[in-house]
Amino acid sequence: MGKHLEERFFLALMIASLAIVTGSLVFILTTVVVKGLPALNLAMVTQVPKGGYYLGKEGGILNAITGSLALAGGATLLSLALSLPVVLYLQLFARDSRFVYLVRLSLDVLWGIPSIVYGAFGFTLLLFLGLRASLLGGIMALAFLELPILVRAMEEVMIMVPFELKEASYALGATRLETALRVVVRQTLPGLLTALLLAFGRGIGDAASVLFTAGYTDRLPTSLLRPVASLPLAVFFQLGTPVPEVRERAYASALILTVIILVISLGTRLLARRFTRHVVR
Amino acid sequence: MSDPVIQIRGLSVAYGNQLAVRDVSVDIPARQITAIIGPSGCGKTTLLRSMSRLIELVEGVRVWGQVLFHGQNIYDPRVDVTEIRKRIGLLAQRPFTLPMSIYENVAYGPHLHGLRKRKALDAIVEKELRAAGLWDEVKDRLHAPASALSVGQQQRLCLARGLAVEPEVLLCDEVTSALDPISGQRIEARLLELKTDYTIVLVTHVLRQARRLADYVIFMYMGELIEHGPANQVFHDPQEAKTRAYLKGEFY
Repeated sequence: MGKHLEERFFLALMIASLAIVTGSLVFILTTVVVKGLPALNLAMVTQVPKGGYYLGKEGGILNAITGSLALAGGATLLSLALSLPVVLYLQLFARDSRFVYLVRLSLDVLWGIPSIVYGAFGFTLLLFLGLRASLLGGIMALAFLELPILVRAMEEVMIMVPFELKEASYALGATRLETALRVVVRQTLPGLLTALLLAFGRGIGDAASVLFTAGYTDRLPTSLLRPVASLPLAVFFQLGTPVPEVRERAYASALILTVIILVISLGTRLLARRFTRHVVR
Repeated sequence: MSDPVIQIRGLSVAYGNQLAVRDVSVDIPARQITAIIGPSGCGKTTLLRSMSRLIELVEGVRVWGQVLFHGQNIYDPRVDVTEIRKRIGLLAQRPFTLPMSIYENVAYGPHLHGLRKRKALDAIVEKELRAAGLWDEVKDRLHAPASALSVGQQQRLCLARGLAVEPEVLLCDEVTSALDPISGQRIEARLLELKTDYTIVLVTHVLRQARRLADYVIFMYMGELIEHGPANQVFHDPQEAKTRAYLKGEFY
């Protein structure tokens, strides 16, 4: 009897936490959709704001949509270019396990640093380089933000590659680099894509690190050296105004941001499934 | 006895502080099947993997002594290890196909070593798949994923992949132990055919397999080489008490 009661009690607790988790997701999504959907129209996604993003009642958020895609896309590519060599080095070349441990530890610390710190660091870097808030600056700050996620996520995937698979390649006279690029990367492609998605999602959703480094503008991104708008900042700047039309743009931005992340997440899953064709288990 | 291809001289291998192979010296005769036998953990696999420096992939491993391949010590720092591994191939216990198509698995090695001509690659793929006895089963689906093959087929694919880089020596590490009996027999038949062109070193803990295949036998126990000689002599007139005991099945 006592045991039975105990089991029911904990079952109820589990159901309650499940309800809280899924409930909050549903609640957030509903809020975003309910507030955002009415604000959404063709002009919203095809025009830039008119008369200033903070006060102008006309126009849309195309500046923020394109800006965010450019920022997160550029940052993910830059971050990939920086992290793939790190990952391959850690996985295939590094002999000293204490050094590897230190690298992993630093990355984990970096992962935990609040993004406003990346923003402040990026801003300092920009000043040092003699640049001002721009697409390039935003890309650099976001790339730093995404780097630890990308390295650790890609590494997790590569650790799973069986030793014998690498040995099979070495046994044919392949070098470590050839083995890495032709066998390990191919074997882990679905996982690498997922890691990229994770990093892109973190990048496109982050407001603090682009606040100082990318700035904000009504224009579309045309140059690496000019400021760009972004969806998180579109929410942040436009939600706090007394003008209802401007607030609508904030809700629309939130909805679009959510949809972008959803589409990319589902798309990557589909892509990843295609690439598992050759994966050896 | 024909000229030795590989001469092992005073070879010792340690993992950390654990000595796995102790001062082994032995010659591997050309174009014969040499079986390394002995109980589990006796250093058979370590000895085998020392012969193409694959042992170096293990973290914390140390190697002393020499392995001479056509008279040259493969542990000489000036030696190109990829060249050694190209000429001394490996067939592992469990088949691990590369994450690509059947065709690409066989073409991987030659492509790696600079062969880019499609026709030449096609020819190699067909030749080696035939040599491995797999061609008829896969010729219509060369571009299907290798992982779709059965385990027995995968092992023959690994054999074809290994042959495609034209090695002289084939190191075989318990190559039938993960296979069903029929697939195992097929591999054994291939090895008997291949020994006219290749020097084969086979690690096995199945004594009957060694009796079926071996021309030359090396018996290891606790990391030491106890006895070696022509198969007939070792199996029918072993000189050492430990060899006799092992052959009688007194320990595994």
